Amino acid sequence: MTVNMTKGQAISLQKSDGGTLTAVRMGLGWQAAPRRGLFGSRTREIDLDASAVLFADKQPVDVVFFRHLVSDDGSVRHTGDNLVGGAGQGGDDESVLVDLARVPVHIDQIVFTVNSFTGQTFQEVQNAFCRLVDETNGQEMARYTLDGGGQYTAQIMAKVHRNGTGWTMTAIGTPANGRTFQDLMPAILPHL
Amino acid sequence: MAVELVRGQNTPLPQTRLEIRVSAGKPIVAGVTLSDAQGKVRGAEWIAHPGSPQLPGLEVSQQAAADHRLAVDLEALPDAVERVNVLLALPVGVGGPVRFGAVAAPFVAVTGLDGTEVASYTITDLDPESAVVALELYRRNGVWKVRAVGQGYAGGLAEMLADQGLDQSREIASQILDAVARGMARSVAAPPPRTAEGDRVRHTAAAAGSAGEHSGATAGEHGAAAPQPPTTGAPAPAQSPTTGGPAQPPTASGPTQTPNSDGVNYAHPSRRPAAAAPPSPPPTAPPAQPGQPAQPVAGDATGWSMEERLYNQVWGMFEDLARTTAAYRSAVDFAESRMEQELDKVLSDPRSRIGGTGDAAREAARAKQAQLVDQAREVLDRDLAQLKAEAEVVEPALPHAFAAWDNPVWHAYRVPMEVPMALRLGDLHLPESADVRIPLLMRLPLERGLWIDSGRSSSGSVTFHDSAELHRLALETAVALAARLLAAYPAGDFSVHVIDAGGGAAGSLAPLLQAGVLAHPPGHGAPGVTEVLARLTKRVELVQMAIRGGATDALPPDLDTGEQLLIVNDFPHGFDDRAVTQLRYLADEGPAVGVHLMLVADREDASAYGPILDPLWRSLLRLTPVPDDHLADPWIGHAWTYQPALVPPGSTVLRQVLAQVAQARREWGR
Repeated sequence: MTVNMTKGQAISLQKSDGGTLTAVRMGLGWQAAPRRGLFGSRTREIDLDASAVLFADKQPVDVVFFRHLVSDDGSVRHTGDNLVGGAGQGGDDESVLVDLARVPVHIDQIVFTVNSFTGQTFQEVQNAFCRLVDETNGQEMARYTLDGGGQYTAQIMAKVHRNGTGWTMTAIGTPANGRTFQDLMPAILPHL
Repeated sequence: MAVELVRGQNTPLPQTRLEIRVSAGKPIVAGVTLSDAQGKVRGAEWIAHPGSPQLPGLEVSQQAAADHRLAVDLEALPDAVERVNVLLALPVGVGGPVRFGAVAAPFVAVTGLDGTEVASYTITDLDPESAVVALELYRRNGVWKVRAVGQGYAGGLAEMLADQGLDQSREIASQILDAVARGMARSVAAPPPRTAEGDRVRHTAAAAGSAGEHSGATAGEHGAAAPQPPTTGAPAPAQSPTTGGPAQPPTASGPTQTPNSDGVNYAHPSRRPAAAAPPSPPPTAPPAQPGQPAQPVAGDATGWSMEERLYNQVWGMFEDLARTTAAYRSAVDFAESRMEQELDKVLSDPRSRIGGTGDAAREAARAKQAQLVDQAREVLDRDLAQLKAEAEVVEPALPHAFAAWDNPVWHAYRVPMEVPMALRLGDLHLPESADVRIPLLMRLPLERGLWIDSGRSSSGSVTFHDSAELHRLALETAVALAARLLAAYPAGDFSVHVIDAGGGAAGSLAPLLQAGVLAHPPGHGAPGVTEVLARLTKRVELVQMAIRGGATDALPPDLDTGEQLLIVNDFPHGFDDRAVTQLRYLADEGPAVGVHLMLVADREDASAYGPILDPLWRSLLRLTPVPDDHLADPWIGHAWTYQPALVPPGSTVLRQVLAQVAQARREWGR
């Protein structure tokens, strides 16, 4: 059972059977939009990058992105950079795995972002989505679609934050502009 | 369409010009005898063997080999020949196995000249036999057929030839074996027989690999029930001990086939009985009790062999410790900085100067910090307990190359047959976790030289040592490491050279000198330095030239192609500019062609050379004779405290191990 999230919606990361989640995966998938007109078969590669920023009390502590694939503490792992997106299967093209039990005690928020490294805006991206999967059983818990892509090159997708003893996920879905997560910091801070 | 024959089965041959391929994993003799309609070999001229490899319509190999291709032209045989017997025999008197039970099951295939397979047969169920009739090609009603025979003879070739009606069977058999022994003497010396200990790890890997490829064809009922590539054709019994795999009956479990045995084994040789378990599954942790972390198990990691799994597990523990410590340090840093910020805020807030509000706020900030640090410490302690428990099961399971000198495995040391994948250079730990020691495992062959730093370290942790004591400890470390390297390599594959210009290291080098494991006496004084460096430089140049020219077989026969280690004591003492240049050449070019450096030196002593030696120091892995935190992990870059792998005081294990190494070197003939 998947929750299709809307902007700003928050869901608690509890299992349906009441147990707490231990490992989640943030999956990102996309396809390049077909070109209009002549030479439509010429491929246009779009490189979207998923990043995760670990915050402790609104201070960035660590970042997981394509140049730093594992957070120093080992709790957040990026499965690797995908430079071209999916061929249309709708699967995850980039994934960030979070072992919630291993997230250091002072980290209270993890923000997931998507950037267009090649500079195309989301208008040229099709079927882009971000989803949260319970890694222990492969069940999709939440899906957020980046539809209506506009003239921007980045998006702050969602955040996973501590909520008492458990974790909550909140969809953010704020557009921004930037090539890598560093450019997004000013846009992230209001959402913490 | 190839037919896989079982014993006794026959199949017609579509053509008369054929090749017979034999593969056995060990050098064996292949020959052919011809029989007439009465099944009698009419004389020595009807036998093709290494001493007489060609007959009309027949050609066999001139020497024993693990793989053979015999050419047969049935049309060209003498008319009286009704049967062609393809026979295999083990060479005698060359130190190899003397019974087929000790080698992989031989595989024979009949192919057309274009290589298409007509029929194949794996000869199983052999045990004490040293000769076997593998196949017979025979004429029946004008049509040539092939039959799988698999008839073994415990009495060897002589008995087999006698059975084929040859009168001078004994003389001819000894002629054949003499020819084989002469052939082998010309070729490369056979390696010494494999022992179960030296063989166990890699052999399991090979078995697992081949089982994966042929959907589990090998390692089933008998240790060697299917053709194995020559590289894996070690004695089958070596497979079972201590691999953690399913218990396998010894190879010799099959019924012995005597010449009178009429039993026919219809079991397909390459099909595994359904009951057999897959070879050596990696150990996995038993399911954890709810609420409890899983019990650690040695070898709980990926890899083809137990050795590789342990290596990966140790590196996994290394990474886990680095990361959990990173989490702890990050949390503590954050707690500190947050507290300082909050204290600053309290200080700058004018309201806090009135009454007790300031004190209360300060108190609250400190409490928050302490609480977070406590939480982080709790998590760290939980992880450390888990890693410590894992280390406690992993350490005793380590093979000697990975084990500390106080590990009992060293008392059962045998000179290995294969180079282990890595060597333990010492232990690493972090200040937060002094009781969790991670073995520092370096891949072999070494990619970098080693520098045992005999100087005072800048960290100040060694101020209580005077410099002479430190130098002695550095030499002790160097000797312990050199002994480890010697013990890790098969006999004769690793040689140690020493430059001790001042002669001051004789006492410390005594274990190496007394055991007689050095390739040459240590080089003393300037002439000694020159001589040793010239020797190794020449070797590097020759091997480089040979590799670049693609002519590795053109190397002089007396060249030692094994790995070489040069220990230089008290560098740069006794070195002139030319010698320094040569040493730098060895440091740069040596590792790629198997020449490694181990410098025992204080960098201060070489300060006169200025920055010109900086690349040399940087190219070496710096190790310290006393615990010192100078090694960084590849993930976070923590400063880890390195502690060398030293022999416990009073222990004789180093001498015992070196004595075995020396004895193996003598037996090897170097």
